[in-house]
Amino acid sequence: MNRTLYGNLIFELSKKGRKGYSLPQDYDRTHTTAELPETLRRKEAARLPECDELTVVRHYTNLSHNNFGVNDGFYPLGSCTMKYNPVINEEIAGMKAFAGLHPLQPAVTCQGALEVYYNLQESLAELAGLSEFTLNPCAGAHGELTGLMVIRAYHESRKDAARTKVLIPDSAHGTNPASAAVCGLEVVEVKSLADGTVDVEHLRQLLDEMGSDVAAMMMTNPNTLGIFEPHVLEITEMVHKAGGLMYYDGANLNALLGECRPGDMGFDVMHINLHKTFSTPHGGGGPGSGPVGVRKGLEQFLPTPRVKKVIVNYDIPEDGPTEWEGFIIDWGQGDQEKPLGSVGNFFGNFGVMLKAYAYILSLGSENIKQVGPLATLNANYIKERLRDDYLLPIKGLCKHEVVFDGLVDKSTGVTTMDVAKRLLDYGYHAPTIYFPLLFHESLMIEPTENESKETIDAFIDVMHKIAEEAKTDPELVKTAPHNTPIGRVDDVLAAKQPVLTYWKSLENE
Amino acid sequence: MAKFEEGLRYSESHEYIRVKGEFGYIGISDYAQHALGNVVYVDMPDVDDEVTAGEEFGAVESVKAASDLISPVSGTVVEVNEALEDQPELLNEDAFANWIIKVQLSDPSELDNLMDVEAYKAHCEE
Repeated sequence: MNRTLYGNLIFELSKKGRKGYSLPQDYDRTHTTAELPETLRRKEAARLPECDELTVVRHYTNLSHNNFGVNDGFYPLGSCTMKYNPVINEEIAGMKAFAGLHPLQPAVTCQGALEVYYNLQESLAELAGLSEFTLNPCAGAHGELTGLMVIRAYHESRKDAARTKVLIPDSAHGTNPASAAVCGLEVVEVKSLADGTVDVEHLRQLLDEMGSDVAAMMMTNPNTLGIFEPHVLEITEMVHKAGGLMYYDGANLNALLGECRPGDMGFDVMHINLHKTFSTPHGGGGPGSGPVGVRKGLEQFLPTPRVKKVIVNYDIPEDGPTEWEGFIIDWGQGDQEKPLGSVGNFFGNFGVMLKAYAYILSLGSENIKQVGPLATLNANYIKERLRDDYLLPIKGLCKHEVVFDGLVDKSTGVTTMDVAKRLLDYGYHAPTIYFPLLFHESLMIEPTENESKETIDAFIDVMHKIAEEAKTDPELVKTAPHNTPIGRVDDVLAAKQPVLTYWKSLENE
Repeated sequence: MAKFEEGLRYSESHEYIRVKGEFGYIGISDYAQHALGNVVYVDMPDVDDEVTAGEEFGAVESVKAASDLISPVSGTVVEVNEALEDQPELLNEDAFANWIIKVQLSDPSELDNLMDVEAYKAHCEE
């Protein structure tokens, strides 16, 4: 790549008068802003870069080469489930019959799409062990907020609206307390034991103190340390007894997929990240989707729209009575029983749902049962092979992800940050670092079920090599990365003085 | 390695208090600034705010994480260290010299609930 020529900002490549097009001479006359009110018209020309088309294409093509995704290499970002996005998903979502739909077209003209929507609602409910799902929320945290709104609506419907506290373990994802706060609820932290699981005695104490104020408890299982909560049944029972509901954060659902179900553990409300567990693109690759499911008895609090299957009986003159199966959209309009209305745009991110449904059908009910066990096997294999060089604070079986607390040998001063940066030199995406907060040097690896033994072995070899370098040449690791287009960035400067706008003069000014 | 200073009282959440007469200077320990890494922002209360022992009075944000500041004692804020507004990195340079808030103690007996330097050292090694 010619970085110096095309890797600069597009503004820096600008030359006055350069264009990639030509317009008819009378363009200005036919496209005038005269009909716009004076106050809405620009006083000065927009400061846009001027480049020829080839420069623009080369600039963005070069930038795209700096990208790193699951299709480029191993991407073991913990708690993010960066699993492979199968090509068939894209093909199906790209089909004209789906991609060309308009959200306002009459239900009778898009029965196929509604059938997919309905079937996904049903499939997720079955996999989660819950009654019904809404596909409306557009991401995981959006799902959390929606789930808490459902819980609040439930308490309000029982005239028990004074319940404003949400119990959240100190190991939780940061989105949990954030969602509770956005929902107007008060966060109460539940302590963890030394092994990272919920301190049941502390929970009991909190419920004794404030049980009648508790709206819900939010839990991730397996938790953010990748450990299955052994007392989950006792916990859900305790919270229910106090009158609160149990919320399941679906971020780590991949560990359990097909093996056990949140509904069976006693959870009442949950969200699923389709962009994690159900193989749709995650991060820059495309929008997320955070369906929310509820147990029986809470369905009326789910946001709309929801797609329902109906059977209509026609008495056709020559054929006699005929049953016709069709799908309708329930918008819940004017329905006092459905207090939340809609939480997203139209149906949510339908393209993402198509991909998730394609994934479920591609695997089938037999193969989907292997997702959790294989993801767990891969994580435990990495754990056992790295524990001599990387400090393992919690021994024993983990689920789909493993957390180390930096290097075993801390005498050289090489930190988790340095190890993560050095991994970039070897062509790997860095794992999640400095989360969870229970340890100072957290390094969280989630391989997913997709990776071959060869890929995982190669990654393990590199991790051993970096541990060795940390002993023999610590400076090399501390100053990494060396092979990337940009070296070690100044995190402090970026946090304290972020430059968010381009202010230098353009060539043509 | 982290430094420890004698004569201060320490909390389990790694705040220290330096008592001078009826006032206490509260900051974070050297161990805490080490664990946090480069500090980029300190969220401080206003003068005249009340603080309560065991409750949050602000937060320290580093490149790694944001951490609540928990007050080791109860009382009234009489001064905040304004230098930290522009130079939060002072906490990394010398955590003991750069206190965060100065508090007029409302109940000096609360100091008995805090650790001395030896007990705090042991707490950090746990």
